[in-house]
Amino acid sequence: MLALNNIEVVYDGVILVLKGVSIEVPDGRITTLLGGNGAGKTTTLKAISGILRAERGEVCKGSIQFDGERIDGLAPHDIVKRGIVQVFEGRRVFEHLTVEENLVAGGHSVVDLRGVRQGIDLVYTYFPVLKERRSQQSGYLSGGEQQMLAIGRGLMSRPKLVMLDEPSLGLAPMLTEEIFRIVRQLVEKERIAVLLVEQNAALALELADHGYVIETGRIVLEGSAASLAQNSDVKEFYLGLNEVGSRKSYRDTKRYRRRKRWLS
Amino acid sequence: MFDWGFTLALVTNGVLIGLMYSLIALGFVLVYKATDAINFAQGEFVMLAGFIITGMLLLAGAPFWLSVPVAVLGMVAFGFGLERVVLRPLIGRPIIAVIMATIGLATVLRGAAPLFFGAETQALPLPIPDEPIVLGPFSLPPGQVVGALLSLGFLAAFSWFFLKSRMGVAMRAVADNQQVAMAMGINVERYFAIAWGMAGIVAALGGLAWGALLGVDVHLALVGLKVFPVVILGGLDSVLGAIVGGLIVGIVENLAAGYLDPLVGGGTKDFAPYVLMILMLMIRPYGIFGKRRIERV
Ligand SMILES: Nc1ncnc2c1ncn2[C@@H]1O[C@H](COP(=O)(O)OP(=O)(O)OP(=O)(O)O)[C@@H](O)[C@H]1O
Ligand SMILES: [Mg+2]
Repeated sequence: MLALNNIEVVYDGVILVLKGVSIEVPDGRITTLLGGNGAGKTTTLKAISGILRAERGEVCKGSIQFDGERIDGLAPHDIVKRGIVQVFEGRRVFEHLTVEENLVAGGHSVVDLRGVRQGIDLVYTYFPVLKERRSQQSGYLSGGEQQMLAIGRGLMSRPKLVMLDEPSLGLAPMLTEEIFRIVRQLVEKERIAVLLVEQNAALALELADHGYVIETGRIVLEGSAASLAQNSDVKEFYLGLNEVGSRKSYRDTKRYRRRKRWLS
Repeated sequence: MFDWGFTLALVTNGVLIGLMYSLIALGFVLVYKATDAINFAQGEFVMLAGFIITGMLLLAGAPFWLSVPVAVLGMVAFGFGLERVVLRPLIGRPIIAVIMATIGLATVLRGAAPLFFGAETQALPLPIPDEPIVLGPFSLPPGQVVGALLSLGFLAAFSWFFLKSRMGVAMRAVADNQQVAMAMGINVERYFAIAWGMAGIVAALGGLAWGALLGVDVHLALVGLKVFPVVILGGLDSVLGAIVGGLIVGIVENLAAGYLDPLVGGGTKDFAPYVLMILMLMIRPYGIFGKRRIERV
């Protein structure tokens, strides 16, 4: 199980982005972290994966524990070895490498070659289209295929926890549903835990077991996915926004501000 | 009257010399590809390696078979050390900082090497017979043949490493996107060090081949200047480009020496590759095999 205990994150030593975030991600479950632009979702994932330090950010308060051991302060490759992997938003594949080479690179922390081979086979069973494209340069894959490759590549290190950063971004709804369906299968069959970051709250709450809502660096709501989906604030600010997809009227904005103050 | 035999001889010589350029350019490409750093001291690396070999042979009286491995190991250690001490602290700084650091290093190496190894030109005799190698109509200088074969062997070994081995794939992943490579569990800093270590190996072999051809003194560093037309023609980040670019520069240089120099009284050999380089920058700035950003349509 992953646990964030009241962590604070600063960039450049001065810009405070996370202001006391506590999250738990139990084994074998899907937990979602919802929030709007700039709320601090990606920063939370980077704090966990240790990538933060390469961006001049650091966890300056609180602690991050995985299976009872403290992991904040470890290098990213050590965190991968312990079984946590982050799949970046915007499906960043190694575009000049072939599909299969991307997978080989993803399995870098696996020592024996047989393990890598098995990993590749596992990825191909969940994403058969990647097998068809195995020797194609990945920069030329479609957006959906690239997202599948990014997730598959993340599976190569045989993680216990996969963190997905906005996998639905820029994908057609049908493709997103397809990918979410595969994620659910992975959780059920491979006993992987997932921390899913999304702006698309409707879809995320359908998939997840448990959820958190983050706003300007603070967790403002927490609950089972079902209860969050029923929550009137979530409905109004996240679900409503996504269903209509249009800009809100001035009146809505004003109410939103008022509610937001109340939430935080 | 066009003389086919003469032209063919020029081209053959160009190919041999060109492969030796490719070898040095490979060190440059490696470092650029993996770490984004531009190494202006590649020629000085070659010079330093040459000095280590002749130093072992002449000053220490060591046998040839011992001197070369010592130079290889010494240059690898030098590459690792340089990465650790000078370049790692510059990660994340503007690229100009790294460029200036390598230019500074180049000057220091050129200035300091004669203090330790002496200023006069030292011969680096290869332990092979002196007679030209006769191959059908050609008679080839043995030093160049050995240099070219050495280059070819290493270029092949390196291409295999880069394209097929897991470490090579990881290195290309680092070249493609450092942040994502890091998130995939790849120790990016270690691969930076490996790239500089390999640049050291390449420099050691280059020092052997070029030192045998030209003799070892500070001017050996000038072969580094040929790296720029080679990598611009081939593509800054392409291993294949280093090979093809080296061949082009070698051939063009020899044709210029054979046909243009007699007409104008000499000197075109040295700048002809740069003319090509400038033309290439105008029509295809990323070179023959260099990467463009992928734009999907
Ligand atoms: N490297 C950085 N240096 C300084 N500030 C940063 C850095 N990265 C992010 N921030 C700031 O931290 C805040 C949170 O950013 P983050 O990327 O975590 O948001 P997010 O919730 O993932 O948003 P989005 O949905 O747009 O991806 C933003 O205000 C952003 O400007
Ligand atoms: Mg984000």
